[in-house]
Formats: sequence, C-alpha cells, structure tokens
Amino acid sequence: MGKPTGFQEFNRELPTKVPAAERVKNYKEFVNLYTDEKLNQQSARCMNCGIPFCHSGCPLGNIIPEFNDAVYRQNWEEAYHILSSTNNFPEFTGRICPAPCESACVLGINKPAVAIEEIEKHIIEIAYQKNLVKPTAPLIKSGKKVAVIGSGPAGLAAAAQLVKAGHAVTVYERDDKPGGLLRYGIPDFKLEKTVVERRIEVMEKDGVVFKLNSEVGVNVAADELVRNNDAIVLAGGSTVPRNLMIPGRELKGIHFAMDFLKQQNKRVSDIAVDGEDILATGKDVVVIGGGDTGSDCVGTSNRQGAKSIKQFEVMFQPPAQRTQHMPWPTYPMVLKTTSSHEEGADRFWGVNTLEFLGDGEGNLRALKVVDVEWEQDFMGRPVKFNIVEGSEREIPCQRVFLAMGFLYPQPAGLLAQLGVELDERKNVKAKEGVYRTNVSKVFAAGDMRRGQSLVVWAISEGRETARKVDEFLMGHSLLESKDAVNQFDQVF
Amino acid sequence: MQIGNFVVTPLYKRFTLKMNQTDSNQGLYRPEFEHDSCGTGFITNINGHKSNQIIDDALTMLENMEHRGACGCDPETGDGAGILIQLPHEFLMEECSNLEISLPEPGEYGVGMIFFPKDSAQKKACRIVITNAIEKLGLVKLGYRKLTVDSMAVGETARQAEPDVEQIFIARPHHITNAEDFERKLFILRRYINKTITDTIPGASEYFYFTSLSCKTIVYKGQVTTYQLRKYYSDLTDPRIASGFAMIHSRFSTNTFPSWKLAQPFRLIAHNGEINTLTGNLNWFYAGLKSYASSYFTAEEMEMIMPVIDNNQSDSACLDNIIEILLHSGRSLPHVMMMLVPEAWDGNVHMDPIKKAFYEYHATLMEPWDGPAAITFTDGKLVGALLDRNGLRPLRYVITNDGRVIAASEAGTLAIDESTVVRKGRLQPGKMLLIDTEKGRIITDDEIKKQIASRQPYGRWLENYKINLSELTEPRLAFAQLSEASVFRYQQVFGYSREDIDTIIKPMAVDGKEPVGSMGTDVPLAILSDKPQHLSSYFKQFFAQVTNPPIDPIRERLVMSLATFIGNNGNLLDEDKMHCHCVVLKHPILKNHQLEKLRSIDTGLFHAKTLQTYFVADGMPGSLEKGIARLCRYAEDAVDDGFEVLILSDRAVDSEHAPIPTLLAVSAVHHHLIKKGRRGAVGLVVETGDAWEVHHFACLLAFGATAINPYLALATIETVKNNGSLETGLDIKTLQKNYVKSVNDGLLKIFSKMGISTLQSYHGSQVFEILGLNKTVVDKYFCGAVTRIGGLGLDEIAREALCKHRMGFNTKGADNLLPEGGIYQWKRRGEAHLFNPTTVHLLQHATRSNDYNVYKNYAKVINEQTEKHFTIRGLLDFAHHRESISIDEVEPAENIMKRFATGAMSFGSISHEAHSTMAIAMNRIGGKSNTGEGGEDEMRYEKMANGDSMRSAIKQVASARFGVTSNYLTNADELQIKMAQGAKPGEGGQLPGHKVDDWIAKTRHSTPGVGLISPPPHHDIYSIEDLAQLIFDLKNANRAARINVKLVSKAGVGTIAAGVAKAHADVILIAGYDGGTGASPISSVKHAGLPWELGLTEAHQTLVRNKLRSRVVLQTDGQLKTGRDLAIAALMGAEEWGVATAALVAGGCIMMRKCHLNTCPVGVATQDPELRKLFSGKADHVVNLFKFMAEELREIMAELGFRTINEMVGRVQFLKVKDHLESWKAKKIDLSGILHPVTNTKGMTLYNSEKQDHGMADILDWQLLEAAKPALEDKTPVFASFDVINVNRTIGTLLSNEISKVYGSAGLPDNTINYKFKGSAGQSFGAFATKGISFELEGEANDYVGKGLSGAQLAIYPSAKATFTPEDNIIIGNVALYGATSGEVFIGGMAGERFAVRNSGATTVVEGIGDHGCEYMTGGRALILGKTGRNFAAGMSGGLAWIYNPDNSFAENCNTEMVDLDPLSLQDEEQILTLLRKHVSLTGSKLAQQILANWAEASTQFVKVYPKEYKKVVEKLQYQTIG
Repeated sequence: MGKPTGFQEFNRELPTKVPAAERVKNYKEFVNLYTDEKLNQQSARCMNCGIPFCHSGCPLGNIIPEFNDAVYRQNWEEAYHILSSTNNFPEFTGRICPAPCESACVLGINKPAVAIEEIEKHIIEIAYQKNLVKPTAPLIKSGKKVAVIGSGPAGLAAAAQLVKAGHAVTVYERDDKPGGLLRYGIPDFKLEKTVVERRIEVMEKDGVVFKLNSEVGVNVAADELVRNNDAIVLAGGSTVPRNLMIPGRELKGIHFAMDFLKQQNKRVSDIAVDGEDILATGKDVVVIGGGDTGSDCVGTSNRQGAKSIKQFEVMFQPPAQRTQHMPWPTYPMVLKTTSSHEEGADRFWGVNTLEFLGDGEGNLRALKVVDVEWEQDFMGRPVKFNIVEGSEREIPCQRVFLAMGFLYPQPAGLLAQLGVELDERKNVKAKEGVYRTNVSKVFAAGDMRRGQSLVVWAISEGRETARKVDEFLMGHSLLESKDAVNQFDQVF
Repeated sequence: MQIGNFVVTPLYKRFTLKMNQTDSNQGLYRPEFEHDSCGTGFITNINGHKSNQIIDDALTMLENMEHRGACGCDPETGDGAGILIQLPHEFLMEECSNLEISLPEPGEYGVGMIFFPKDSAQKKACRIVITNAIEKLGLVKLGYRKLTVDSMAVGETARQAEPDVEQIFIARPHHITNAEDFERKLFILRRYINKTITDTIPGASEYFYFTSLSCKTIVYKGQVTTYQLRKYYSDLTDPRIASGFAMIHSRFSTNTFPSWKLAQPFRLIAHNGEINTLTGNLNWFYAGLKSYASSYFTAEEMEMIMPVIDNNQSDSACLDNIIEILLHSGRSLPHVMMMLVPEAWDGNVHMDPIKKAFYEYHATLMEPWDGPAAITFTDGKLVGALLDRNGLRPLRYVITNDGRVIAASEAGTLAIDESTVVRKGRLQPGKMLLIDTEKGRIITDDEIKKQIASRQPYGRWLENYKINLSELTEPRLAFAQLSEASVFRYQQVFGYSREDIDTIIKPMAVDGKEPVGSMGTDVPLAILSDKPQHLSSYFKQFFAQVTNPPIDPIRERLVMSLATFIGNNGNLLDEDKMHCHCVVLKHPILKNHQLEKLRSIDTGLFHAKTLQTYFVADGMPGSLEKGIARLCRYAEDAVDDGFEVLILSDRAVDSEHAPIPTLLAVSAVHHHLIKKGRRGAVGLVVETGDAWEVHHFACLLAFGATAINPYLALATIETVKNNGSLETGLDIKTLQKNYVKSVNDGLLKIFSKMGISTLQSYHGSQVFEILGLNKTVVDKYFCGAVTRIGGLGLDEIAREALCKHRMGFNTKGADNLLPEGGIYQWKRRGEAHLFNPTTVHLLQHATRSNDYNVYKNYAKVINEQTEKHFTIRGLLDFAHHRESISIDEVEPAENIMKRFATGAMSFGSISHEAHSTMAIAMNRIGGKSNTGEGGEDEMRYEKMANGDSMRSAIKQVASARFGVTSNYLTNADELQIKMAQGAKPGEGGQLPGHKVDDWIAKTRHSTPGVGLISPPPHHDIYSIEDLAQLIFDLKNANRAARINVKLVSKAGVGTIAAGVAKAHADVILIAGYDGGTGASPISSVKHAGLPWELGLTEAHQTLVRNKLRSRVVLQTDGQLKTGRDLAIAALMGAEEWGVATAALVAGGCIMMRKCHLNTCPVGVATQDPELRKLFSGKADHVVNLFKFMAEELREIMAELGFRTINEMVGRVQFLKVKDHLESWKAKKIDLSGILHPVTNTKGMTLYNSEKQDHGMADILDWQLLEAAKPALEDKTPVFASFDVINVNRTIGTLLSNEISKVYGSAGLPDNTINYKFKGSAGQSFGAFATKGISFELEGEANDYVGKGLSGAQLAIYPSAKATFTPEDNIIIGNVALYGATSGEVFIGGMAGERFAVRNSGATTVVEGIGDHGCEYMTGGRALILGKTGRNFAAGMSGGLAWIYNPDNSFAENCNTEMVDLDPLSLQDEEQILTLLRKHVSLTGSKLAQQILANWAEASTQFVKVYPKEYKKVVEKLQYQTIG
C-alpha cells in the first residue's frame, strides 16, 4: 500500500476543468489531467482496506487498491495490467462512469472518497502514452467463430475477451461507426470520439473484424449468421425510448434525446446527418428527464446556443446527503450536479407534464405542467404522487427533448428472426451469470438482456458473457471473471 | 509429556500394525495427547552410608510436594508417586529367608519389581515367559516374593487397575564377573521378557510391567498420592529397610484413567518436564537402526532388546529407555545425560572450547531431547540432577555438614536444622549436580563435564572431519538463472499469488521481517477452499500451552540454535571420529551457490545425488503415487550406492510433468528411509520452488528436510527488484539476505512457540496437526502425524497440484498477472471471506437501525454456506429428535445474554472509545466484557451518571501482567488467565513506544514513550502444577471471582482442559485459531491452532470422560457471528460464548485489518486522537447484536425443542452432517469424531453444576486476616509472627484482597500490618501484596516471591542459625517480583532465575541472582549486590538496575541489545545509599554493611544498567523541564 497515513495528510482533489463559459464554445473534453504530484497524492489517499468495499462496489470488480498502490509507486505497467485485468475499457469508464466504487469507498464513511475514477482514467491515458496498450490474442487460435451483434460497450467487451481466448470474432454494427452509445449517444465533450476510435484500432489489430452498416435481421440474415458461427452474442442494447404519450405529442419540436445527441455527434465528427436537423440554437429548450442523458441534452443545447434551458423531473428533489435509509456503502440517490448543469440550466423537480401545446401551425409552443407531491414509504421511497392544487401552468418552449430512459430492445427483426425468448420486461431472457438464451449457441449481454443500465455494467456483462461463451466452446475457460470462480472447474 | 500408543509406536512396527489402535469410539480424544508434570527430588548421604532415615526423609519430602501432584474426579486417586532406592540387602535377605530363598552377596543378585496382571491365567503365562527367558539368558531364578500391600490405602479408581506386585530374585551366574555386565544382562532380560509377553500374551502387556530389574536399585511406585505411598507398600515403613539415597517423584497428569506404570521414578530417572520433540526423537532413533551395533551386545542380544523403546508409555519413560541403551552400550550416565540434554552451546562464545567440541561432536550424532526438564538420575552409585538449557523447571538443593544432599523441586520440603546448612543452591539452566556415593564426594558441573569432554579429542576430530561449505571448492557446474518469463511460469505452477509476493515475500526481503496482520482469519479452511492450496495449508502448527512454556526466541536467543548437520549420523551406540564427517550449516536455508557447491561435493568419502521430484501430469488416478514410489525407490538406491546427501529437486518440471508437492516428496522419502532404517545415513536437501513463506519451511523441516534451497522465492525477489516494484534502494544480494534472515527468525519463532530450542530437535519432529488429508495418505507418507477429520487422498492432492500446473502451462493468451490470493484481504476474485462487503454492511445496518429482519438477512448469508463452505460448522445441519416447541417456552433472551462475553481486546490495541463502548454494552445486558491484557483505568470502576458502567467484568491476566494489581484483581467478577490467544498462540507481543501515550502508560504502569513487550510464556507457568499455583494465587486475590483459563484449540486441548479442571479453574475457554483483533504475524494467524469446533468437542468429550465436566464452565470463541453459531457451540459443549469481531463490527469496525498501523479510519483500533474522534459506535448497536443473536438462538432452540441452554449443552446428537455437500473436497471430510456423543455418568451433568474446591479452607491467610482486623477497621498497626513451611503458599494475597476491597489501590498506610514469618515459605510469598503490608521472613522462600507486588514491603533473610554466606546461597526461588507494580523487596541472599522479570515499579535489593535477571523490566529499581547469571536485562525497556561489580565480570552476562551500561550519577549514589541502609536495617546484611563501610571505593564498582529507550524519554523530560 502506498502510504499508510496518506488519507490523513491529503484531501480529495479533482483535476481542474476548463471554465464553463469557455468550454461551451466547443465540443471538446474539458477535464484536465492531474499534475504528477497531485496524482501521487490522490493515490496515496487509498487505505488499502482489509475489505475494499470499492472493489466490491464496482460492477466490474476493479481491483482498486492494487492499482492505486501501483500508481503511487509510479509503476505504470503494473497499474495497467491490474486495471486491464478487470476492465477492457478504462478510458470509457474513467470518463463517464457514475463511480459506484467511490460511493463504496471506506474513506467515504467520514471523509470524501478517494478519486478512483480519475486515477483510473490516468492509468489508461498513461498506458496509451507509454504504448502499453497492446493486442492480447494468443498465437494459437481455437478455430472457433463467434459473431457479436452490436458494438456498444457490451459487444465490444465481449469481442475483446473472446479474441483474447483465441476465437475468431466478427462484430456486426448497424451504424456506420462502431461504438454504439459510446459513439453516438455520449457527447464528445464527455467522451471524445478519438478515444473510441483508438480502442477500436487496438481491437482490430487484435483480430476483431467489424462489419459496419450491417443490421442483422435486416441486411444480414440471422439464420445464416447462426449457421456460420459457433456462437452468437446479442449485445444490441436497449434501444426503444420511453415516450410521453400526452396530447400534443405529434407537434414539431419534440424529439427523443438520442436523435438529438446522435446528430450532434455526427456533426462533430464531420459525418453527414440523416434527415432534418434537430437544433436547440436560439430556442427555449425543455429537457424532460433528470438523468444523465437529460444532462447531455442540457450540455449539447448550451453548446448549440439555446436561448433558455429547463430540465424537468417528475420525481421529488433528492436529498443532498445520505440518509439513514441509504447508508454507506450503498449507492446513494442524492442530488447530483453534473458538469452540464454547471454550464447553465434551470432544474425543476416534482413537475409533471400534462400536455404539449402547439402554436396552431403544428409547432410546439409551450408545455402544460403541474407540480406534484410524493408520498414516501418509511424507507423514503416514492409510493405515489398527488397533484398540487392550483399549480397548473404553461411553460413556453420550442424544443423538448425526451430523456426518460429506454424500455427494451427492438423486438422486431433480429430478435424475432432468431426466436429468442423475452422476459416480462421484454428484454432478452437469459439468466445473469449464465447469459444463454433459449436459442442454441446464442448468448445475450448488456442492456439487451439487463435493460438499460450503466456503461460499466455493459462492459461487465460483455466480459462475463465472453467467459461463458468460451466455456461453451472449449469446455473450460481461463478468461477472467469478476467474481471468484472455482479454479478446479477452470482447468479440469 | 505425551503418552500413548501411536506417537511412540516403534516406527518399524507402525507399518505392520494397524495404525490407530485406540478405541474408535473415543471421539477426538487420543491418549497420546496426555501430559504430565510433577515434583521430583532426591536425598542422599554423600558417602553412600545406608540408613532407614534417608527413606523416611525422602517420603516426607514427597508428601510435602503433594500440591505439585494432582488428583482427578476421585480425590483419593492420585496421578502417581514413587521412590527409587538402593537394594535394601539386609531387609531383603531376611524377608527372602522366610520364603526359603537364599540371597547371595549384594551385587550378585538382581531384584525385579513386577506388576503382574490380576488375571491368574495371564499371570501364569507371564511367569512361564519369565522363567524361559531367564534360562535362555543363562541366568538363575531364585524365586518370587509377593509384596504386602494395602489395597484399601489407594483410591477407588486406582484400585480398579491395581496389579499384583511381586519381586523376583535372580542370581548372577559365575561367568558374569562384574556388576556392570550383570546389570546389562538384566537389562536384556527385562527387554526380552517385555517383548515376548507383548507379542505372545494378548492383553497382558497392558498390566505387566517391571518397575525395575537391577542388582543395584529398586523402585516402589504406583497410582497413589504421595501420602498413600508409605501406606500402600509396607516395605517402605519397615525399620529394617535402608538405602544410601532415595529418589522421589510426585505426578500431576492431565489424564485420570488408571495407570500404574506411568508413575515415576523409572529405572534410571525421575523427570519433571516434557519432551516437546518426542515424535522426532523417536523417529531419529529408528532412522539409524540399520547402523546400530555395539561391542557390548551380541547380534542376538541386540535383537532381544529391540525395539528399545516401549509402546504405550510416556515421554519420560521413553527418555528412560533411550538412556538405558546408551548407558549399557558403554557411556557413563553423566555422558548420556549431556548428549540428550545438552547445554546451549551453539553461539556461546564463553563456553570452554573442549566442552563445546564435545557438544558439537555429539550434535552430529544426535539431536537434543528438547523440552523443559528437571531430571534426577542414578545408576545406583552416582546420584544426580540436571536442568534443561532454559531452566524451565525448578530444582533447589541443600548440602549439610552432616554429609547429606537434599534436592527437590521446592525448597523446604524437609525440615533441616539451619545451623547444619553448608550451602543452599539451585540448579542452573543446563547444569548438573552429581554425587558419587562410592567416592563420597560432590562433583561439580565443571569437573564432571570437563572430565567427560576430555575423554576423546572431539575438537581435533571436528577440525579434521567436519565440512564447512565455505571451504569447499567452487561448483563443477551450475543451473542457469531462470528467465523472467520462466519465473512467472514457475510461480504459477507452484501457486504463487500476487498477495504472496506483495504481502509476504516483499516485506521479508525489504524489512527482513515477517509481516504482521490483524483481525484474525475468516477464509475457508484449506479443505473447504475451491482455490488450489499449498499442501502445507493443511498443516496446523502445534504450540506450547500450559504443560510447557513457549520460549522467547528474540530475548532468549542464547538458548536457540539453527545449526544443522548434513550427512550420515552414524552408529549411535559407538563413538567414532568419522561421525562428524558431515556438512555443518549455521542455518538450514541454502542460497543457490551454496546448493551448487553441495551438489558438486566430493571429499573422497562424501557425495551428493540429485533426484527429481515430479509426477506425470496426465491427471490419471495413481500417477502421483507412482511418482512418489519412483522417488522413494531412487532414494533408497542412492543411499545404498553410498551417497551422503540426497537433493530433492523440482526444477525439472515441464508441461507434461508436474512437481510433487515438496512437503509430500520430502516426508515420503524421509519415512521410506526410516522404515528401511537408512534415514540416518543421509542428509535430505530440498531444492524447491514450493516454499516461500516461513510456514512452508517449517513444515519441510518438521517432516524431514535437512536444508532447503528456495530458488524460486530468491528468483522472485530478483524479479520484483528488477521490474521496479520495490520501494527500496537495497540491492538484490541484500534483499535475498534479508529474506533468508526473516525465514530463519520466523523458524525460531515457530520452534519457540512449541517450546523447542533447536532446529536439530525440531527436525523431523512432526509437530503439526494435519487438517484435511486422509488417513491413508498420512499413515503412508506422514507417519505418526495427527489427522482427525480425514480429507484428501493422493489423487485429490494431485488434482490440486495439477490445477496450478495447468495454469502455468496453459496455451491461452498472454497472462501477466498471478492470481490475487485474497487471504489477508478480501478480494472479489480471491479467497472468500465470511466478513465481506455484504455481511459487514448488513450487520452494521441491522444493529444501527435495530432491525431484526436485516439481521436475519445477515445471518442467512453467514449461516447458509450452501454453495461455499468456510467452516466445520458450515458442514453441519441440526438433527431433530424432539417436537418443536413454542418460542414462548424457551428461556428469555435476558437469561441467555448473561452467557455472552466479548473477546479480550486491550486498551492499547483498541481505543478507549471502542473499549468502553463494549464494556457499557455488556454491562447493560449482564454479559461480561474483558479488559484484555492492558490493565484498566480505575476511573472505570465507578458507575457513570446515567447508571451505565465501563467496568470490565473480566480482568485478564496475561503474560506481561500489565496493570495487574491487587486492586485490579479485586474489581473483577472473573479473572482470565490467557494461556494463549487464537491469532498467535505461543507468541508474545510488542507495543511499540510511540503507541504508549500517557494514558496507556498509566494504565499499564509504565513510562510513556517506552515500548512494552509481552513475553511468550507466563513466567510463573511452565507446567500444569504452576498453573494450579497461579489459579490458587488468583483465587486468593479475589475469591468471589471465577477463574477462567483461556486455551487455544489444538490437538490435545482436551487433555489440557482436563488438567486445567484438575488445577481448579472455574471456567475453561477454548478459543478458535481464527479470532484475533490485535496485530499478529500473518503466518501465525493462519497456520497455528485449530477451529474451535475441534477443540471444544475434544475438551467436552475428555472432561466428560474424566468425570470433570460438571465442575467447570466451558466457553468458546472464534469468529462466532450468528445465533446458529451459538447453537452449534452449545450442542458441542459450550455453555458460554465469546464474541469479539462481530461486536467490533457492530461498533463500527469495517475490517481494515490495519490495527497494527494505528491508522484505523473509524477510530476503533487506534490511539491517534484525531482518528479516535471518528469512532461512531454506540453501546446500543452492540446490545442489538447480542439481542439479535440470542433471539436467533431462541428460534433454533424452539425448533429443536430445547427450553433452556443447560438442556442443550453437549447434545451433539442434535447435529448431523449436511445431506448434500457440493464441494468435491468437503465430501472427503469425516466428522464422526466431532459428532461422537458422550454419555455422562449418572448423576453428573453435561454442563457446569458444581463448584470447584479451591482448597482455601485452611490457608494461613485466614489467621493473617484475623490478626489484621484492627488494621482493616481503623488502620491501627498490628504485629504478629507465624511459623511457615513450604505448603503455606500465597501468603498475604487474600489479606491484600481484603485491604483492596476497603481501601482500593491506595491501600493502608505503610507498615500498618507487620508480620514476621519463620521457616520455608511456599510459593508466591507476598503475591499481589498491597500497600500497608510489611512482611519479614526469616528462612527462605520458594518461587514467585512478591509476584504482582502491589505496594507491600517484603524482607527475607536466612535463619539466624545459618552459618553460610548469604550472598553465595539461594534463599528465594525463581521468578521473584514477576509483574510487580510497586512496593519494596529486600533479599538478604541470592535469588534464582528471572529475578524481577517484568517488574514495572517495585524497588528491590538482592545479593545475587540467576539467569535472565530483570528481563522485560519496564519500571522500578533493582539493586544487585552480587553476581548475576547470563542474559541480564534482556528485553528491559524501562526502570534501572545497579550492579555491584567489583570483579568487572558483569558485562559479559548482560544482554546489551536494549540497555546501556553507564557509570553512576550522583542521584544514583544517593538512591543506592538509601537502599543499602534500609537493606541493612531490614535484613542485617553483612555484605551491605561492608559496601557502606567502604563506600568511597565501592561506589566506583557499581554499574548502572540504563535502558536506552527509557534513557531517551527521561532525558527528553529533563530537557523539557529545564527548557
């Protein structure tokens, strides 16, 4: 462990950011790197706990104390090996993960947590700089072929692991670029696309073949794919957005967040935009939905030069601190102010939208909203809401972005053709830890199976699924798993 | 002392006989676990003049040592007593003439004293064997004499096994011309008869026994108390019986099964002690069997005396057997004693080189029979006594001017006219006292040893033939270095984890120290883990507990030795210069270059052979077995081909050949060669990648390896250094040197835990219990080791090895990380832990929100262990034999909670906040919290304003005795003697100076900033009779308190518990190995001790068997976490439970496992004021935990149909093995021993229902108390005098308790109670005597004078009649002033060993002392006016000592590691003068008067012993005051 008394000597510090007023002028990342000294101090805060709750809190099982120690000792190769043993894409999680590890950090009991996510990001950035990120596929191949459908974080993770096990992997992506949400969902200012492309290159060198513009079930026949491969991994994500079916929904100016964000990502990368431009420039914008995607819409709208931005959330405003019902080390539902919020937006909680109002020409003019009050159970969880009498009002706006999450994967096409069974939430049915669908050879990973979730979960599912596929193909597997495996089963 | 058939079964027999002949229905009890200890002594007329008085006096001495013996459930049945005398010729002649047997002249006939079986057919058959044997050996039978005995004199239990006692008379034939040859013939006869009866008369050997067969001596003994001996044998009271000397023995054994044979003396010795290394010693004896030949025996005779060492007997009896053979093959008795119990010679620069050469030469021939020992011995002419190198048993002697020498375990066992005393002494460590009764003179230790050491030119032999590695030529060829990639692959193949490298190897290499960890262990047992294990993880280290003391390998380094000899041991029965032609190593760890030299060795006579230890990695059944068989075959061939060294190497592994686990390979070859009688002919050197932590090395050595080259560990160090993952500037060579050093230090620690001093004795000693290998494997490859729950077979062991092998040779992608390990820290992919993120969170959440449902979730995770097993209890289910009842019928939780205790955690290891929170919580629920060993601040004795109390109900008494005063002991409901602690049994501890703040220092009676050491042993408990004495002391100190003895689970803890029950403990705590809150070496946490399930059931079974169970409360602890754990513990026999870790977790501990770093971020285990503020635990949280646990227990009780805990205790039939065990390993376990139900004798309970009789009804203190009434009432000074003898023990302790009750720690004003005593005071004179008491003793005292002194003044000086010089004579025994905190003691004479050990505040004057003076002292003043023994001031961190040193000899006796020797300051002079004057006035010391008279000169002849650390603190304080 780095420094036994580090946590007593140093406080948590995050890297500096480009000031909000500056950064909204472009779409570049704006979080700076630590100085060497600061990085060393921040890693020294890790206490190398007897029970590293962080390591447990991380959906990937990142071995945080070990890499913190290696960072403290500036042994970058070791740090990279430790980090990459649990996480194929630290450059993604290091930027956009909500860091449940930090919520679980023991230091967090009575002090600010260790800056784990930043340290993670630094390790991988230094590893790229020092050319430590290298292909991992073995010389001796297994002779097995695997198709991965979807190139989001789950698909990529599955592909990276499977190729490491010596299998021939082809990734099918319906878009023109690989990366899924990483590519077209998350704005550049949070994740510059060179970061994604840099990783795709490594994977290609490792032997992963990417088939772009290939939508299985549409322009690639699903049954043929099954016939030609030894295993299939479904990693198409949860793509059907939750809609707000209230009067006026057909008005112009109401868009799903993802359509809005994808267009902007394409623009930043100089790729032609399909269809009509969706822009916030000069408009009064309302983002409906208080999550991360909503936040991304706020940031993008600001950069496009919206006239005003409001963000509505139907839930009540979360507490600023942990309550006794969300004790350490659980992931607390506390008020979060994102960098996009720093850039400017008015946030409202307990607001329910009743109707979209038009200007008579089919364009959105305003929203009719009402305030709600929530009844909570003894644990502080919402049970039902009541409308606040007399709070009904109109909110003028010309753009609404619906960022209320995703429901389930697209059922038609691929899933229908393969005949995979769906669960009651209309996700692909496959047990966590097993990942096999009802169809022979076909596995499912990520949001497609789990329902919408975090990037870190997607990577985790991709990795765990890969191991199961490897076991399926070879009888046993030496691919890592985040949890302890019976080592005897691994080799016998 | 171990007894029993399987440890001592002759090795060659073990392979032909069925291994375990013990009754399979015994559960976990094994007779070989039994121990005993005792009192011994002799009295002799120096000139050998025979008299009846000698015998009478000897019997009186024996009777006065009755308290050193013991009796069991039947108070009339003793553990055994006996006497050895010369043949009383006149008496026997007259007796025989009545029987018409005509005895020839003395020396021309021999007498056998025989125990015959009662069964007449058997007896007849025995007689026939005897007659035939006598005839066969050409001797002449004269006849039998049946002894008159009084069967009614002995106890009921003893009577059940009483033999027919007869004497046989055998005449010396003419062709045998001298007594020595005749004695040898009688020896052969006895052995031959014994063997024939054992082999031919079924069942007879259990009873048939020769107590003696000799033409010189005879032994009367039996299972009697000391008082019964005279009554039983009418011979002994016959006025005609006479002898020139008599040797006596009184036995205290842990067993109570009738056994007459086990009484002592044996034929040559009486032994108070314990052979720690018996298994190894016996193995080594048999290891050379093929080479044994002697000119004193014909080949046929040799065959007749084999196997030399009998079956089914005690270690002392084995020792007697080995002495016999060595004696009869031509060595003198003192010579034999020097071989078997050598002094500490290795590294002793002051030893005479001739003597040292003798010891070194003999070390090449045989290893010490190691252990605490006071041995009295005789060959009928020479009478003597000898102490082990450590002096761990007392022996005091008196020489009188009427020509007598009286020696015994205690002084004052025989009343002697003081005016006749010429000398009073005590035997010193390693020294011998010898009287030649024929020549009529006392021979000093120096003289006899010089004489024997000069018999042969041992020094020249060594010079010429001993081989030093450094002198050897360079190797002929050498293995190339492993490449970095190969190192990684080898690490995988041998199962290295990242944790092994980071947590173990790196700190060893960088700091040269074994790493330390905290908070015990909660990972699965090796047999339940689904990670491939290192084979040695199935081996649990033994450790010393109660019956023998552990040693301090650091402070008492001088008795320890790592010297080892590689080569042929030679013929033990012969003396030859070539015996020492072997390679001598200072320690057993070889670096690569040294190994290569050895591999290439060629002295013309001495060669080495390398054998590869692999097996075919095809995974087929039997492959490993084949590999081992091949290896053994090759090894045997190599020995036959004349190689002296075998190197077992696992370097040659590849993808198709896996290494045989080295421990298995070594032990298999070792035992194969023993079986063939060839082991003694070779050294076994191991070249292995399979050893990196100290425990691995210890296992290898204990199972036969002579030396070890850990090439992979060394290569690993090189790799981590090269790749920059070490934060150090040290070079590779230094790092490797550090590593080797820490292995060696670690080995010493492991030996010392077991009380073993030398590697030679440890070598092959097998002092491990195997947990998880099956009997077939153990019987074949680890012969004689203990294994009780079955486990893996050979193919499963192979599977574990192959799992690692396949990881190393997998063809998959580029792995760059080893597995994480996760033993010492929770890791997600690592080993599983019971306390993990989920369970810690649930438990804290449940206790904080007072939510039983959340608790149930927690308990479910801990309890279910369905897919993953951790513990033995995890493999069990409840068995229903009764109708379930309503929970309302179950006794209320309030009752149950009274049975809870928290673990012993000291204030110092945890913060005041955490400590007092535990105490408040326990006081609220009526349970008991424990002070731990750090004392307790008196302010906690007062109730708090809100009615809560921070007073810990249990006051612990640990080896350091921190803060143990009369008042502390008085303020307790229970006094706990910590014999061992689960996390590090057999080890001491250290609190570094920087942690000793003002508060802790005050509580511990020490100096802030000065480090504190806890010694490994209690220096007043080296044996079971010593423990009985301490229990008696504590009972005197607070008779209202229960006395609790804390033991750690290990094989044999049951018999120890029986002994402890017989020593009158009220409560016995069996702690599991896995507990532990403080810092401990991480290898101890994991590898020493056993789960409580084994220890508890063994203890319960053994106590019930011995009818002792109802006398004691059984308590258990060790990772108890849920109500289910409690229920299982209750069913296994525990009626009370200790919970520590879970209680701490409820109080906020998050298992940082950093307690040793003082950086606990939640304020639990830290003294940092800032961090302490972060403590957020509340007593309520802890109360909730216990409430929940009790509630869960009640639910289980209702389900099983129990209304009360008492009903439930020990009902193991309510447990069963789970129906479906998933794990392939768990399926192999056999828990029948644990689940073995014991039925109780009618009228007795399976739980505590009677009180112990502490024997306090007639103690002297009642009289003292009566006389002190005015003082107690209104502080009126009182004066009185009393006569005392050695049975008046613990004088003044009860009186002090009464004072403390009224006046607290302030006590009475000085000199309020003034008593004078005359005579020989028993042990513990003035123990815990408090302020206001002033005792004067004219005469002498035994051990432990002023132990725990709490403010009293003691003065002891010789009888006015005495004519001897006080400063040359011993007037008080060993271990005086142990743990004294205040008061003054003046000794007008010499004291024994370990004077003022752990003194932390008392002032004392003494005129001379033995070895280890002022050891671990932390405060107070010692003025020593005479000689000190060796190792003065070892571990002394505080206080001052002044030594009068006119001849300048002191420096060489002082251990200056922690102290400076300074001249006196003026202030010192003043203090010394004051003390000298007081000494004169209180003791009349002539010596002090002379010094005073001559002060000008004398003052320059004093040396001040000034602890360095203390000096620094004092100087800093002075500086601050001045500044």
